Amino acid sequence: MSVLTDRINEIIKPENLVYAKSPLLNDDLMHYCPGCSHGVVHRLIAEVIEEMGIQEQTIGVSPVGCAVFAYNYIDIDWQEAAHGRAPAVATGIKRVMPEKYVFSYQGDGDLAAIGTAETFHAVNRGENIVMIFINNAIYGMTGGQMAPTTLVGQITSTTPHGRDVDLNGYPLRITELLAQLPGAAYVTRQSVQTPGAVRKTKKAIRKAFEIQAKKIGTAFVEVVSTCSSGWKLSPVDSNKWMEENMFPQYPLGDLKDTGRADAELYRIKAK
Amino acid sequence: MTEEIIIAGFGGQGVLSMGKILAYSGVMQDQEVAWFPSYGPEMRGGTANVTVILSDERISSPILHEFDTAIILNQQSMTKFESRVKPGGTLLYDPNGILHHPTRKDINILKVEGSRLAVEMGNPLTFNMIVLGAFLKAKPVIKLENVKKGLEKSLPERHHKLIPLNLTAIEIGQENLVVVQIAEAGC
Amino acid sequence: MGELRLMKGNEVIAEAAIRCGCDGYFGYPITPQSEVMETLMTLRPWESTGMVVLQAESEIASIHMVYGAAGAGKRVMTSSSSPGISLMAEGISYIAGAELPCVIVNVQRGGPGLGTIQPSQADYNQATKGGGHGDYSLLVLAPASVQEMHDFVILGFELAFKFRNPVMILADGVIGQLMEKVELIDQRPRWTNEQILEISGEWATLGKPSGRKKNIITSLELDSYMMEKNNLRLQSKYSQMKAEEVRYEAIACEDADYILVAFGSAARICQKTVQIARKKGVKVGLIRPITLFPFPEKIIAEYATKVKGFLSVEFNAGQMVNDIRLAVNGKTRVEYFGRMGGIVPTPDEVETALEQRF
Repeated sequence: MSVLTDRINEIIKPENLVYAKSPLLNDDLMHYCPGCSHGVVHRLIAEVIEEMGIQEQTIGVSPVGCAVFAYNYIDIDWQEAAHGRAPAVATGIKRVMPEKYVFSYQGDGDLAAIGTAETFHAVNRGENIVMIFINNAIYGMTGGQMAPTTLVGQITSTTPHGRDVDLNGYPLRITELLAQLPGAAYVTRQSVQTPGAVRKTKKAIRKAFEIQAKKIGTAFVEVVSTCSSGWKLSPVDSNKWMEENMFPQYPLGDLKDTGRADAELYRIKAK
Repeated sequence: MTEEIIIAGFGGQGVLSMGKILAYSGVMQDQEVAWFPSYGPEMRGGTANVTVILSDERISSPILHEFDTAIILNQQSMTKFESRVKPGGTLLYDPNGILHHPTRKDINILKVEGSRLAVEMGNPLTFNMIVLGAFLKAKPVIKLENVKKGLEKSLPERHHKLIPLNLTAIEIGQENLVVVQIAEAGC
Repeated sequence: MGELRLMKGNEVIAEAAIRCGCDGYFGYPITPQSEVMETLMTLRPWESTGMVVLQAESEIASIHMVYGAAGAGKRVMTSSSSPGISLMAEGISYIAGAELPCVIVNVQRGGPGLGTIQPSQADYNQATKGGGHGDYSLLVLAPASVQEMHDFVILGFELAFKFRNPVMILADGVIGQLMEKVELIDQRPRWTNEQILEISGEWATLGKPSGRKKNIITSLELDSYMMEKNNLRLQSKYSQMKAEEVRYEAIACEDADYILVAFGSAARICQKTVQIARKKGVKVGLIRPITLFPFPEKIIAEYATKVKGFLSVEFNAGQMVNDIRLAVNGKTRVEYFGRMGGIVPTPDEVETALEQRF
């Protein structure tokens, strides 16, 4: 035992430190399944807030869905919103405290099904908030039902024979729709399946928070994500399945990066 | 003294604002007042009516089902409200567009040709003030000086230049009140 | 003496909100209360007091914006009418569960469904018995005059923060559209950040300084024992409201043989009924509950041993009558009279009903 302890103590000497968890992430064991993308995105958000030094000015809004407990993990003030209402809650917070940083964190059912109206109108108003959208094409929390973003043919517990467009309609590319709204400042779609992708996503989240400081409209970051439990695949296979099936439907990259539409173009000229 | 009034006509005739000016004038006279409009789709071009209560005492119910005075400005309102004037009460109307004139014997019936006079004045918007003038002649419940104050209070400042015109219209209304019938006693 | 004005009930809600230092209003148009937001947008308080006014995309969004802003320790409110309040039911339950202070105005119209835009009191049960899911209560104030529309906005915020609980002002189309004299309070400042920190810093999400635990606004608790504890805390709050916040007005009750019980504009009509009946020699009184929750059950129980009967007069199918019966507990007769669908009964109708029932 003591030999092992000695070896561990040797390894964890401060001078050997190459990476540390952000102090904003606490030591609670996350409730997410192995291979889930939520944990990685949580870490990125915590790192961005820490690096920007805005911990004391940031309020998060968690959704209903797997990330309902996001508030347990990142050491900032949080509000937990009703299902789909996070953009409205974030709007309420931001409007009365415009000097603070406010972000919402939602899954696909929350953001693109039950909360579509709140999502659209928050972006259309150009609310100066960050919206993080975790798209894993399934309802995780309730046990693997069809999401608005579920792929055609994808098996879920409510599409046991695969999503049928005649019965269920089409996978919703909500991010493309939001990118067309004049209130959107920055709209991007990223993923976190490789270290490179993780670095890109972190950059996107950082940029989104910086845009909030500039107050030039809504910054929207979709993260195409995995749900190994819902998909009934191993974490490694999930990443592979995502790359092969999700990416063609939800291609990665920036969809808009121009800031909110120039209000002068829309403003009625004073007589 | 309590005076319970309904003003009823078409939307756009200035029914609601006439009621408002009357209510404001009551406030200027230290009276208790209540102003209650018909609301909803009726506001948009159909019939419009408003009830106004002026009283020296605290007003209990602000909702009126019968009236001391009914000011009637179109046929629909005549049909609807003639029967709801209290016995011995007053019905004041503009005969313009009225097909069925009031028939009750137990109420005072008065008229003023508000629409014609407004056109003669060269400003149809003075219509409601002419009618108000006629009402004040029939029922001098508010002093003219308080009506002037009521106008000042209820009109936005940018419209204050219109106050003299409104006062003239009130005078014309007062001068042109016609008594059609005095209520039969004992009814 | 504050400034005296002639105003509509709906307009005065807006004016009182600005003057009492309200931080934000989030709403969606619906008849018969749209003048609330219209008045706010005309007065542009964001340029004077800094109060935020936002037209949301729905009543659902409005109430959740209220949730967010209330969670930041601000004094915020919304207003709507019956169908809109139904849409807000989810958010109201969350606000009650998360113990957030706010003011919600319901200028009732007749239902069910889209119903009518004319006045009604058919949301009594919805307001006093929950409306949304779960064991919660709103503190419900019932204004009977334009002056009370004004006063209850101010009182509403005081009570909302005293109990960290949503307060509902349950008005109706009559009081919303009615214009009466009203004395306005002088402009009060909005709370400063320092004041908010002092008043609500323990729970509000103002941004977490190092050295304090993070504040989390939530109604979620998966541990049943903890959730029961949360429920017990809510219930003890409601008991405290019952002990401390009952408000009512008793008119001509001392020598009464019969007592009318009515709230809001129905109480105004009943005042006239009392006058009519007394002229005829019938000794009638009126109890007007001002708080519908907590309900003034003690005063009703006291009179139950003295009078020959109570008549509950409501613009609905008989909702408050059940609360009167519980308070009376069989000691005397309790009857109901009311009209529905937007019809406002006349004082004489009420008097006839009283004669017929007793």
